[in-house]
Amino acid sequence: MTLAHDQLSHLQSLEAESIDIIREVAASFQRPVMMYSIGKDSSVMLHLARKAFHPGPIPFPMLHVDTTWKFREMIAFRDRTAKELGLDLIVHSNLEGVAQGMSPFVHGSRVYTDVMKTQALKQALSAGQFDCAIGGARRDEEKSRAKERVFSFRDRNHRWDPKTQRPELWNLWNTRIGPGESVRAFPLSNWTELDVWTYIHLEKIDVVPLYLSAERPVVERDGVLIMVDDDRIPLEPGETPEMKKVRFRTLGCYPLTGAVESEAATLAEVITEMLIARTSERQGRVIDHDGDGSMEDKKKEGYF
Amino acid sequence: MDPRFDADTETIDEYLLRHEGKQLLRFLTCGSVDDGKSTLIGRLLHDTKGIYEDQLAAVEGASKKYGTQAGQADLALLVDGLRSEREQGITIDVAYRYFSTEHRKFIVADTPGHEQYTRNMATGASTCDLAVLLVDARHGVSVQTRRHCVITSLLGIPRIIVAINKMDIVDWDQDVYDRIKADFESFSAKLPNREQVFVPMSALEGDYVAEGSEKAPWYDGPCLLELLETLDIGSDEQKTPFRLPVNYVIRPDLDFRGFGGRIESGIVRPGDRIAVLPAGTESTVSRISTFDGDLEMAGAPRSVAIVLEDEIDASRGDMIVALENQPVVADRVTADLVWMHEEPLQPGREFILRHGTRVTPCRVRRIAHRLDIDTLETVACDGLGLNEIGRVELETDVPLVFDPYDQVRGTGSLILVDRIGNWTMAAGMIRGKSSDLRWTAAPLSGADRHGDEGLVSAEERETRFGQKPVTVLLTGLAGSGKTRIAAMLERALFDLGRVAIRFDGTTMRQGLNRDLGFSAEDRSENLRRSMETAKLVNDEGIICVAAFLAPRATTREKAATLVGPDRFLTVHCAAPLEYCQRKDPTGLYADAEARSLDGIPGISFEYETPENPDLSLPSHQIDLEESVNRILALMNERGFLR
Repeated sequence: MTLAHDQLSHLQSLEAESIDIIREVAASFQRPVMMYSIGKDSSVMLHLARKAFHPGPIPFPMLHVDTTWKFREMIAFRDRTAKELGLDLIVHSNLEGVAQGMSPFVHGSRVYTDVMKTQALKQALSAGQFDCAIGGARRDEEKSRAKERVFSFRDRNHRWDPKTQRPELWNLWNTRIGPGESVRAFPLSNWTELDVWTYIHLEKIDVVPLYLSAERPVVERDGVLIMVDDDRIPLEPGETPEMKKVRFRTLGCYPLTGAVESEAATLAEVITEMLIARTSERQGRVIDHDGDGSMEDKKKEGYF
Repeated sequence: MDPRFDADTETIDEYLLRHEGKQLLRFLTCGSVDDGKSTLIGRLLHDTKGIYEDQLAAVEGASKKYGTQAGQADLALLVDGLRSEREQGITIDVAYRYFSTEHRKFIVADTPGHEQYTRNMATGASTCDLAVLLVDARHGVSVQTRRHCVITSLLGIPRIIVAINKMDIVDWDQDVYDRIKADFESFSAKLPNREQVFVPMSALEGDYVAEGSEKAPWYDGPCLLELLETLDIGSDEQKTPFRLPVNYVIRPDLDFRGFGGRIESGIVRPGDRIAVLPAGTESTVSRISTFDGDLEMAGAPRSVAIVLEDEIDASRGDMIVALENQPVVADRVTADLVWMHEEPLQPGREFILRHGTRVTPCRVRRIAHRLDIDTLETVACDGLGLNEIGRVELETDVPLVFDPYDQVRGTGSLILVDRIGNWTMAAGMIRGKSSDLRWTAAPLSGADRHGDEGLVSAEERETRFGQKPVTVLLTGLAGSGKTRIAAMLERALFDLGRVAIRFDGTTMRQGLNRDLGFSAEDRSENLRRSMETAKLVNDEGIICVAAFLAPRATTREKAATLVGPDRFLTVHCAAPLEYCQRKDPTGLYADAEARSLDGIPGISFEYETPENPDLSLPSHQIDLEESVNRILALMNERGFLR
């Protein structure tokens, strides 16, 4: 006996859409690359890419823009994952910025982000002549993201202009670009934070242990808990790191990523906490607080 | 964030299992500028706890700066994303929002109401299963309301909720509600039928949005959210035949070749017979391969990799389809376009067309008409401007494999891309193969049919000419004698004092139809134009003798319908192929070049023998005179000659 139809749950629908987008990138661009930020969204994206080309290998490299200020556990996780899955991993840092001793503590988050993330990303994309970069951004993350296209057009300078974005109808992607232009593709556009966690749980996807609660050394600054991941953090007079049970809802550069106090040491517990949480995940990101509309400005400049 | 999770009564795994099992509903909100869309979505997000406290705090801060609700948190600010929009107080692009309830997860496409942004509405509508159309109770059904209703209909959204908003401002007056409902119904009756529900509402105060209310005791239906949760969204896309546009061929080694793609329509199982189009190669599905193991069945919109039993070639752009129920393959299609660019469309322009995973150059051969979306009338036009909707004929370099849009959205939709700037210029809904649709095209408004103002009646013509007008179609293979029979018939009619006109495929092609070739589409168009002419000739009381090959039965039927079945005679010149080949009066059969160029009916493609012709002439056995006599006898018998 055969069933009359194949009922897809919303996660299966989202998965199908994402796989289709990833295949579309591989089929229609000359030199695509997948951004690998080591975070949970990247882990989901990587998992979907493996599904898209199964039983073949992923037909494009992964790119990690290393600001040199990432959590050490992230770097260890990245290298382990790349080795286990046999990924073609490119790691790029802005060496000029490194030579200048660029630090979020000294230069402030705005300048630091521009040099070590935005400029570094542009350097890496230009150096690799990548015509499409797949990113893990979701539309539910932030208001200006809600209008982001799945295939988001960038000019020769990698800049995003909300007025020149192409209308997207059905799943008929317009992937055509001129010389030097590029596209950022966002296969997770329609996923929410809860979808991502649920999917990680159901699919048993490996994530960086920083997402789970553990005793970690932190200092509190402007109401944000910053982890003392190495000795580059200049401690204020009288400031001493405290051991607290914390975890991270998003991962980035440790000086710019706030921890939350939590007892959730397993994935199930993290999801449980999230279901009763009353603050959105971007609150832990210092970058968004630079001013109303700050994400919109950064995106115009080429930030992911 | 989800209040429906209670850590005391269930485990997280149980909860996730429930969350995982939810259905996905994509819906669109539309309405005029101040109808309250953003407020409605803000309200839905707020009332389903889809908003975090820090976001709400940010909105409260922003409300003081931009808000229109005097100090209260302006929920509309939750959804107006880009800063320029916040400042102008209008939404200028499509924004997507997400929330979920007990039963469903929702993706909301919030589209602008401003007139010049029709393209954004079409964008939002293209992926939605349902539309929520807001109507301001104070203003009723406006021009914008009607436009949005038409666009959702054109884009094939199968169900619509009409939310009559701001009922608080009209004191929840039932008369207002009933009048708007009746207005809307009388307008939407002109559109193709679909599910349509009405709900009174105040998005600002929250009445009948996420919960019921006492404000309208005369309304006993569910609130908006309950409608969104319970309307049957079915699995429409699995009820139509199997279609899979090949997106990416997975070929890691010589032992595996999987055709990766998203199923746009229907269901597939191992063992199913399929065809790869446009090539037409046939095979059987051996496996439905996924990362999670092979599937016993897969339905739309799943992404899979299909493995076939035979080593056949298929690449990106091709479509794998159910063998028993195949789509149309044609390089000339008729489509309704929503024009989305400032630079107007001119006939003859070339574009890059995307349909399924196929990307091919194409030309707009002609613009048939523009649709006036206020009156729903078709209007003749020279071009299409921004946000205008019109019917065009497209010619593609590679044939398209499609279903009409109203049958399968996934294989009936296309976009046109500018060849140089790469801008997406238009969205298109395919209505059918051009040669088929032309036969039945509706007359343009304002261009009334000939004859209305004529001062000579049909009866007077009959008396004068001593005949009732009729079109005699002589059909048959090349060399079957139809042209000579037609010439003799015209002579005989003339000698009898009748008034007749004669044309055949060859002479028509020298003038009126000189732009046409010999493809199936062009043959059909040659006959269609000739039959339109025959119809005019018959309207003038004159007999028409038409000698055409007309190899397809459906085309001949269309010809009869066009001219009028009661004044149309099909005469089959039934000489068999061997006889025609031997005789070969025009040297066609001997001409190898013709064979390769356009094909010869009866050899390269089938001549479909008429099943019930009015007369069948064994033209290889009887002479011309006898043939003509038999036709004249038939015309007499049917009362066309007095």
